[in-house]
Amino acid sequence: MTTTPTKMVGQAIKRREDPQLITGRGNFLDDIKLHGMLHAAILRSPYAHATIKSIDTSKAKAHPGVVAVFTGDDMMDLNPLPCAWQAGGVKNNVNTPRALSVGKAMYTGDSIAMVVAEDRYVARDALDLIEVDYEPLSVVVDAKKATEAGAPQLHENAPNNIVMEWECGDKAKADAAISSAEVVVKEQIVNQRLIPTPIETRGSIARYDEATNEFTLWTTAQAPHVLRLLATAFVFGIPETRLRVISPNIGGGFGQKIFFYNDVAFTMWAARKLGRPVKFVEDRAENYKSSTHGRDHITDVELAGKRDGTITGLRINTYANLGGYLSTIAPGIPTTLYGRIATGVYKIPAAYCKVYGVYTNTAMVDAYRGAGRPEASYLIERIVDRFATEIGMDPAEVRRKNFIQPQDFPYDNGMGLLPYDSGNYEPALDKALALVGYSNFRQEQAEARKQGRYLGLGISSYVEVCGVAPSAWIGLPGQGWGAGLWESANVKVHLTGQVVVTTGSLPHGQGSETTFAQIVADELGVPYENIVIEHSDTSGTPFGYGTYGSRSAAVGGTAIYKSVAMIKEKAKKLAAHMLEANPDDIVYENGKAYVKGSPDQAKTLGEIALQAAVAYSLPEGMEAFLDETTYYDPPNCTFPFGTHIAVVEVDKDTGAVTLKRYIAVDDVGNPINPLIIDGQLHGGIAQGIAQALYENGVYDENGQLLSGTLMDYALPTASMVPAYETDRTVTPSPVNPMGVKGVGEAGAIASAQAVMNAVIDALSPFGIKHLQMPATPERVWRAINGK
Amino acid sequence: MSTISVMVNGRTYKNDVEPRTLLVHYLREQLNLTGTHIGCDTSQCGACVVLMNGTSVKSCTVLAAQADGAEITTIEGLAQSGQLHPLQEGFWEKHGLQCGFCTPGMIMSAYDLLQQNPNPTDEEIRHGLEGNLCRCTGYQNIVKAVQYAAAKMRGEEVEAAPVAG
Repeated sequence: MTTTPTKMVGQAIKRREDPQLITGRGNFLDDIKLHGMLHAAILRSPYAHATIKSIDTSKAKAHPGVVAVFTGDDMMDLNPLPCAWQAGGVKNNVNTPRALSVGKAMYTGDSIAMVVAEDRYVARDALDLIEVDYEPLSVVVDAKKATEAGAPQLHENAPNNIVMEWECGDKAKADAAISSAEVVVKEQIVNQRLIPTPIETRGSIARYDEATNEFTLWTTAQAPHVLRLLATAFVFGIPETRLRVISPNIGGGFGQKIFFYNDVAFTMWAARKLGRPVKFVEDRAENYKSSTHGRDHITDVELAGKRDGTITGLRINTYANLGGYLSTIAPGIPTTLYGRIATGVYKIPAAYCKVYGVYTNTAMVDAYRGAGRPEASYLIERIVDRFATEIGMDPAEVRRKNFIQPQDFPYDNGMGLLPYDSGNYEPALDKALALVGYSNFRQEQAEARKQGRYLGLGISSYVEVCGVAPSAWIGLPGQGWGAGLWESANVKVHLTGQVVVTTGSLPHGQGSETTFAQIVADELGVPYENIVIEHSDTSGTPFGYGTYGSRSAAVGGTAIYKSVAMIKEKAKKLAAHMLEANPDDIVYENGKAYVKGSPDQAKTLGEIALQAAVAYSLPEGMEAFLDETTYYDPPNCTFPFGTHIAVVEVDKDTGAVTLKRYIAVDDVGNPINPLIIDGQLHGGIAQGIAQALYENGVYDENGQLLSGTLMDYALPTASMVPAYETDRTVTPSPVNPMGVKGVGEAGAIASAQAVMNAVIDALSPFGIKHLQMPATPERVWRAINGK
Repeated sequence: MSTISVMVNGRTYKNDVEPRTLLVHYLREQLNLTGTHIGCDTSQCGACVVLMNGTSVKSCTVLAAQADGAEITTIEGLAQSGQLHPLQEGFWEKHGLQCGFCTPGMIMSAYDLLQQNPNPTDEEIRHGLEGNLCRCTGYQNIVKAVQYAAAKMRGEEVEAAPVAG
């Protein structure tokens, strides 16, 4: 990297994405209107489990303004949606949705019929005219109960509703460690179902061109290239090149917009059938009922240790609720992205994790911000706190005693991950403890208790896995995905000196256009405003795997960095030719190439790019144009870490929890843009706080979603979260040349357990050792009062 | 169908609307003012907030017919002569948005808030924006953005983020 004073990486530059968004000039899916566009509405099952005996669409078809009504039987030429990531090394009893359901409804909100009309209101009106004869079946919504004898059976190929049984770690060693331990603590820990809730719901607009047999699809997708591949090769059975996928501005994703949903299939199918573009946009109730949810684990966990605080063993048994069908990468989340990081920041010599993936009559569960890592981090941080209480040791000291040490990296945790890349956990803990004033806190707490005020402090020391990509890990057959999730970048320097970057990454709130341009500005030494970042359209961008798993900086950014390095190499060779010098003597610096020692005789990148483009005098064998593409497959993931601390006060009489302070010390490697890093952390922390205190995706025993609207699902408002106090340590990643790690999910991975540990600490005078999330006033009051 | 006459962002429109047409659909579908967004069906999210006769309303909960004769300001009408409103500037400077979907409604609600209370505390801003949901920012930088705008509108010096390039 250059070290000039104009260096942009590391600066809190305001975002280039913002001007259009703050003036109402964004272009979100529902803002798009095409000539002749029709509107689709979906009839959804009111039953969680039912046989569909008959569907009468005649009245709906006759309704003025209705163009067509379709059911699942009409779309049998389409294959079921693919499950692209199954749990590795074990049998997966796969059942996926079709474009529209055929014969059965598996959850409330399952798609039964489709009305296509001239107008959105009319399409909705006509739904009421469709008559469906359902025969309701028995329902199960709880993952553990679904595996028990006598539970309703959802799919013929999945006895006891078990999708898969997966394990990692060493069972014999973990069993031995637990049976011979001085101390064993055990808890059943529930990580409740959450609903991701991007403020923009999902949808698709499909257009079919009969003359060319080509589809164009605008859709709310975090990974348009992957979606194109799945839609064409797996569902429609047409060449990939017959479909162009465009993601317009995306109003938040948080994982929910990664996946292949049936609206892609049914809008494309109907657009081809009717010869007119078809738009479908979910309303919020539909988003809650039928787009993917997250988390939903029931886990029995045992931790073994010595009275001196040493952790000696960990055994985990998890039931992961995957919903009525498998979503695109559902089985990969509670397995590879969960069990393998379950030991957290600690050296645990014997650990084992068993996971049952389970079908239930609920909406599909797939990745939601953090995807497996929040569940793992919550589990280990909660049980370590429980262990500290059991042996009467300070929870900060138990953590410190068991931390993986700086000299242990690269560190293999024995759970089938690639080794943790780098880390230095104690400074982050110490910084967080200093910020909160830990040395005085216990005294304050004791004095407050005397006055009947219940303060609590909770620590979460976390590590997570970013840059989910390496073929050396995720590409191995035993991991289920079976392909490297590399990322692409093309960099061109046009003859005007303008730099155009196309990337398979797809920012939808992360500010990657800004951070990518910062990287290129530094590395290429060109003005930031001369750099354009293009993305989100499968036409014109190289195949890439998209944005999720906190991978855009570490994987997408590194791909750009590498393409820029190739541009610089070519520019140096061409400059040598132009200066009649030896390429080995050329220095490239600040956008100029010159012979070492003669910076006055420099060629600017613009001059070199012009020479490369006009191409009348190039070195022998050199192709025209500065144009380089990288497909970057990282050798390892990156492992951000840190310590978060929450301070709460619990009102004994009402059970209300007040979050008084929230401190976050994170190490995300070398920072690119601190403004954006803090923003990502704030948002993630808010989602974790929301899990700890407010949000709960709840089905009743009949499979009705009780938290089915924003009136019932407690998404936090501004007054429900505190001001966050953020700080950093910096431990560069050795995995990539920029030393970056990733920050998109860290806040959500670190936070829920900090808050819950604080709540349980506050409640310790009442003998409470564990409490399930969310810690609502009712739940806390009941715990205090034993009711 | 009934005919309504509405002044939107300083321009008068006359259109036929169905009695059940929501103001937000009228603005988005008939006037093509798509800066006003829809994020829920139950009046919780506030992505659709516009000013009606100077006061913030959730345009998903107002019928277009009720806006007959009214003056409406949407996010598209906030910047004057190419000059960003201090709130728009504040959201940009303080990283008060990520995906930007809730932002138009958030800015229009904040506009109303600052009209009523030009010198709010952080807590007053948090309470004042309770009708607007944001899933990206965790709200901290939204509070800062509104404080930036409030200070600027009071004529005070404000601290800006570095400008790139």
